[in-house]
Amino acid sequence: MPYRYLDEIATADVAFEATGKDLEEVFASAAEATTHVMIEEPERLERKQKVDVKLSNEKADMLLFNFLGEFIYYKDAKKLLLRVDEIRITEGDSGYSLEAALSGEELDPKKHPLGADVKAVTLHMFRLERTQEGWRATAILDI
Amino acid sequence: MMLRAIFFFCCESMTIKAAREKRMAQPSALKKVSDTIWELPKSYKAGMLVPARVYATEKLIKEMDDGVFEQVSNVACLPGIVNYAMCMPDGHWGYGFPIGGVAAMDPEKGVISPGGIGFDINCGMRLVRTNLTYDEVKPRLKELVDAMFYRIPSGVGSTGMLRLSHDEFRTMTEEGSRWCLKKGYAWSEDIEFTEEQGCFKGAKASKVSQRAIERGFDQVGTLGSGNHYCEIQVAKPENVFDAECARAFGFTLPDQVAIMFHCGSRGFGHQVATDYLQLFLKVMESKYNIKVLDRELSCAPFNSPEGQAYFAAMKCAANMAFVNRQMILHALRQVFSEVFRRSPEDLGMSMVYDVTHNTAKLETHIVKGKPRELLVHRKGATRAYGPGMEGLPAKYRETGQPVIIGGSMETGSYLLAGLSTGGEAFYTTAHGSGRTMSRHQAKKMYRGTKLQHDMEERGIYVRSVTWGGLAEEAGAAYKQIDEVVEATELAGLSKRVLKLTPIGNIKG
Repeated sequence: MPYRYLDEIATADVAFEATGKDLEEVFASAAEATTHVMIEEPERLERKQKVDVKLSNEKADMLLFNFLGEFIYYKDAKKLLLRVDEIRITEGDSGYSLEAALSGEELDPKKHPLGADVKAVTLHMFRLERTQEGWRATAILDI
Repeated sequence: MMLRAIFFFCCESMTIKAAREKRMAQPSALKKVSDTIWELPKSYKAGMLVPARVYATEKLIKEMDDGVFEQVSNVACLPGIVNYAMCMPDGHWGYGFPIGGVAAMDPEKGVISPGGIGFDINCGMRLVRTNLTYDEVKPRLKELVDAMFYRIPSGVGSTGMLRLSHDEFRTMTEEGSRWCLKKGYAWSEDIEFTEEQGCFKGAKASKVSQRAIERGFDQVGTLGSGNHYCEIQVAKPENVFDAECARAFGFTLPDQVAIMFHCGSRGFGHQVATDYLQLFLKVMESKYNIKVLDRELSCAPFNSPEGQAYFAAMKCAANMAFVNRQMILHALRQVFSEVFRRSPEDLGMSMVYDVTHNTAKLETHIVKGKPRELLVHRKGATRAYGPGMEGLPAKYRETGQPVIIGGSMETGSYLLAGLSTGGEAFYTTAHGSGRTMSRHQAKKMYRGTKLQHDMEERGIYVRSVTWGGLAEEAGAAYKQIDEVVEATELAGLSKRVLKLTPIGNIKG
């Protein structure tokens, strides 16, 4: 799940660029980039709890905005840090729909060295674009 | 629809590329108005309704990142803006508004924008003094900082000391600090020394989503992470600039110890902002025909159902932040009392003041010689009322409002006072030192463990939940705070009362 953090964009916050061959993959990469800001080594999260997410939006980029918001919501409301197991995005007449199976475990600082608390996904320079290889998302997280 | 969307994204991509290339470049249209005021005229960008002004010394303006100029001129395009879009001397690249951004809107014709307030609604500073001196605190410093670190939860996912039902939480968000007084978590004088007396009146919990409540109801009394911290500081005699004012603010002893902390409305406020940002995006163009240059500037007419709903919800978040800081003060009083085996009253643990950073408030200001009610957005900026202004506690009527400016954990912080000359900036001043280095870059340059060791050698004992988080907050990642406060003084926005030197710090 390729992503990289962009130093040159956000001074006080964290910006990242995520890529994927299709919409599903770029969404999963962006989610992983978000979780990775909050803890080191997200790949060490065990699949102890499962969460199903269903979202829809007229616009693909706002669907991504809402999807990333889920990871921030579960971190605060349920103390859950999640990764994407499966994700399916479909395009219909009224826009885009997403169904995702997420899993992870409760935050335990002893097990998962903490990173920075993500307050929100911002819409500043937020974008989702097609590239020759697939899709690219850029987002700035408020820290 | 898809093609149009892709075209839009490509345009944005070019904007980012251009921004990277000219990151520190000042626009050629920037004109010097005075030694501390720099102006972009209305002709700088299509759609600007007023000029944009940046308060800074020549040195600070040269170091300012170009995002400030782009963003402050975008703000100047917002409907109903009065006089100028402004940015304070600690300004830096933000989202929508720059950090340090100030904009006053006409309440009838103007808009309210979550991007002009920030996600962390009423992120703010509180300063508490003690009657202890550095010599008395030094032998117990580690014990104190360790006890603070264990007692005040910080970092990702931390939960607070209160267990509230959702209904009680809702009540608390409408009452602010008064709720704490009722529950025995506040002294009555704490209310008096909090901006807005600890309660934004007109808060309506019915305008807040269930999701926001779920994110924040168990976070009351937590610091958070990022640049949020709680610090023990010393007012050294050589760092007192205005002894009379310092006395009025309760600093009467040489090497007097104080505690300063910075935090906001946690997940609750962040969700309130996120919810309304999206709602405004839906109605802004379709219902109100407002176009903005950056989606993060999404807004609604202040005098509209959506604008009023956000204003009432924002007040709930602002009140939650006051309670958050009040509960941290309650914990601090307990910690000091336990360590020194004296009551908090006996230790003289009174509040100097509590200031808000990220808010919009209805205030009356003089515009073209006449008093006028305005909706003042301050994002990463501090209200700084001058002497004699309404809304100040009687104790500070002659001195002007105490202004608490947090610096980096290595370099120190300031206590300033508002001035009667700040009217043009709607009585606003800086809020901190402002970052100059990205978090990632700071982490690459500094190791948290080494930084902690080096700081301890210099007499500053730091505890942090994460080493990376500590490295991100290294002093060199920030602007020189001395220059920032000097700029505010030269510009007549606030004057230096004293500088506070850090000796102990906890952070998320």
